[in-house]
Formats: sequence, C-alpha cells, structure tokens
Amino acid sequence: MAGLELLSDQGYRVDGRRAGELRKIQARMGVFAQADGSAYIEQGNTALAVVYGPHEIRGSRARALPDRALVNCQYSSATFSTGERKRRPHGDRKSCEMGLQLRQTFEAAVLTQLHPRSQIDIYVQVLQADGGTYAACVNAATLAVLDAGIPMRDFVCACSAGFVDGTALADLSHVEEAAGGPQLALALLPSSGQIALLEMDARLHEDQLEQVLEAAAQAARDVHTLLDRVVRQHVQEASILLGD
Amino acid sequence: MAMEMRLPVARKPLSESLGRETKKHLVVPGDTITTDTGFMRGHGTYMGEEKLIASVAGSVERVNKLVCVKALKTRYNGEVGDIVVGRITERRRSAEDELAMRGFLQEGDLISAEVQAVFSDGAVSLHTRSLKYGKLGQGVLVQVSPSLVKRQKTHFHDLPCGASVILGNNGFVWIYPTPEHKEEDAGGFIANLEPVSLADREVISRLRNCIVSLATQRMMLYDTSILYCYEASLPHQIKDILKPEIMEEIVMETRQRLLEQEG
Repeated sequence: MAGLELLSDQGYRVDGRRAGELRKIQARMGVFAQADGSAYIEQGNTALAVVYGPHEIRGSRARALPDRALVNCQYSSATFSTGERKRRPHGDRKSCEMGLQLRQTFEAAVLTQLHPRSQIDIYVQVLQADGGTYAACVNAATLAVLDAGIPMRDFVCACSAGFVDGTALADLSHVEEAAGGPQLALALLPSSGQIALLEMDARLHEDQLEQVLEAAAQAARDVHTLLDRVVRQHVQEASILLGD
Repeated sequence: MAMEMRLPVARKPLSESLGRETKKHLVVPGDTITTDTGFMRGHGTYMGEEKLIASVAGSVERVNKLVCVKALKTRYNGEVGDIVVGRITERRRSAEDELAMRGFLQEGDLISAEVQAVFSDGAVSLHTRSLKYGKLGQGVLVQVSPSLVKRQKTHFHDLPCGASVILGNNGFVWIYPTPEHKEEDAGGFIANLEPVSLADREVISRLRNCIVSLATQRMMLYDTSILYCYEASLPHQIKDILKPEIMEEIVMETRQRLLEQEG
C-alpha cells in the first residue's frame, strides 16, 4: 500500500477519524436465550460472545482447581470475516493464541475464588474482522459475562493503539494494521486503572511507549463509558419488568 | 397445511409500554456501593480499598447491616428447603445404592426433590424422603430462569383450571394432569401411564404457553400470576398465545389484574 497516507497533514486518518477517536460502537446484551450470558458488539468488527457457567468441569475431573474456577475461552472467526475467505474457522494457531490471551484477561477480572472446582466457558465468534479484533472480543466477552451474572472485579475494556508520524492513533482499523507499524493491544480495568493484558508485537522506541500506552488507556476508558451505558440501560429495563 | 411467516422487525424496549421508572439503586461491576465500613458484605459485592464494590450488574438490596447486589440473571444457587425438578444424569455406583435405589429411580428419570444440604463449593444434596417427591410421570417440562420463580410456602399447586404444577426453584416447571385420587401408599415411585384426556391435554398446553409468555416478559412466576395469565388467554387459541403481540396483550392484562389485587 505504497503512497497511502495514514495520517494527513490536517490530522485526519484514512477513514476520516482524528488520532484519538474511536469507531462507533453498538452493543447489545442477552441476545441468546439458551446461553447463560450472551452479547453482540459492533466496533468496526462484529463479534458475538456467549458464556456458559459456572458449571461442573467437563472432561477430566483432574483438571478441577480446588480453590477457584477454570476459565476456558475459545475464539473462532467465521470464514467470511476477512477479506480473503479463511479455510479453518478455529483450531489454527491464531485462534489458539487469541483464546489463551482472552483466558489470561478474564482470569484476572473474574472472581474465580467464588466458584471452586467449576468451569466457566467463554466462546467468542467474530463475524467481521476489521482491525482490533482482540479488543472487540474482550468487550463482547465482558458484556456476556455480566449478562450471565458471574461476579467480576470490574469491566474489562480493551482497545488497540498504534504509532504513525509521531502521533499515537487509537482503535486501529484493518488498513492501519496492515501498514505494518507498531500495534499495541491493551485490556484495562477502568475503575482501578489496572491493566489486565498488554500486548505488542513490533518495534517501538521506549520513549514513545508512554504516549501510545496513554492513548490506548484513554480509548479504553471511552469504551468503558459506552459499555457502562449499555449495561445500565439493560439492567434498568429488566428491573422495570420484574417489578418492585 | 397453512403456514404463517413474519419478517424480522425491530422491537421497542418492553419497559416503554409500562412507562414507569424503577426506584431501585442499580449498579454495575466496579461501582462503589458505599464507603461506610459498618456494613457486612453479601453476594455480589467485594471489599476493595476501604470501599464496598459491586461485582455483578443488578439492584442493591439492604437488609439492616447486610448489603448485597441481586444480579438480573444467575445460575441457580441451592438453598436448604428448596424444591427442585430435574433429570437423573449420573448416579453413585456403590453396592448399597445398587440394592436400594435401582429398583425405584433410574438414570434418565425426571424427579422432584428437596434440597437437604449445600456443600461449601456450591454442590447440593437432594432427598426424596416424602411421599410428595419422587418420579414424575406424564406431563410437560418448561425451563425458565431461576430468578423468575417466586419463593413461596409451597411450590406444588393444584390449579382450578384442571391441571397441577410444580414450580422448581431451579427454574424447571413441571405441568401435569391433576391425579384423580392421591396415591398415598405408592408414593412417588410408580409412574402413572393411563392415557390423558384431550381436555386435560389442552389445559396443559395452554398453561405451558402461558408460562413461556410470562417468562419471556420477565414476570415472576407463582400460582396467582399463572392462573390470571391462563384466564386472560382463554379468548385466544392456544397456538396464538406465543405470537408477540398477543403475548404482550395477555401479560399486560395479567399485570393489571395483579396490581389491582394488591392495591
């Protein structure tokens, strides 16, 4: 993509956003009645998350942890989610790695000590991938875990960030990711400011790390504002229906 | 065979039609409930840095010094004395168990039982040590969210419309034809396989659809609400009850009748 300007002189990105601007997010909770918890999110990407649990350990009982719950995450992207049709929806290296990252993220946030010897399953399916899929998955999974009523320390809000021409960009799209610059993915617990997961694979000078990290953290806090609104609306509607 | 099809349409939020605000204190995880350290913390909360923080999304309930957050939707948590309805999936394989129980209850049977004890990790131990519990014969099972089953003195109801219902605290509701005479000696272990009449079947189908409508509209399930819903549904055909607009109409009428009865 030679000649494609990721950041124009006036400060506009390829899709017209400013450096720190997020894409429009739309989210819904409780989309499946069969699952314990479910959520749907559109953030450039479209992701569905479904949560089952806490329930008894499936498979070998030996895997059960005596003092806390096991968190099992599976990531799957539909064959039509990317520009070129994918051959294997799940089971490939990227899906396994993503599943592991999601697991690390949620083990940090879910209060697993309250459910010893049980298992919590989180399944995430990406229907449309457009940059920052990890972030969309984490946001969807947070809503789904909340919908299931599983106790969590806080929301987990995630966002990706990059660095172009001395400016940190928040919420990268596929075009910006493909350009090959440094990309950082951050999952944050907003109220306490603690980081659940921080991942970057590229080369970035340490002087610039602070700036990129701050851009990602601010974007994650903006995501939190939005998800918070969605959850409160959902809780309020259900509360009215149940009656006082 | 006549078929009816509908196209997907965006539905407006259900609570708009009720038009009232909630008076409860609603929280989401990460919210501070109180900084007063005098409170005891209950379910749905945890202590962090001198403040009480919510861990689920729901409404805050305060009982004297105990603060807890009741989540909207939770998996069933057993408590001693609850009635549950369930299917036997696996059983302990010990010699004495084989001798005593295999004759009565087998894997795959649907039973009603009472919670005897709760273990520290959340597992429950059930007993059927009363003639009213035991194997369930012919009937219909409806699965709803456990939070919709109201806690009452008794969960076995013989409804005047001609059927009986067991409201399990775990969200499993069993609807069955009212037995002609109480079989005191047999208890709950002999299945009644006599054919059920068409009139009884229609009552049971209608009740099943009513319970599904109440659950979809997130109303609490108890004998009065089910009965009012049944009566409100009588003008409609049984299969029409599940249509969205008719469901809304029936449940709205049920809600109004319940409010009138309370007020």
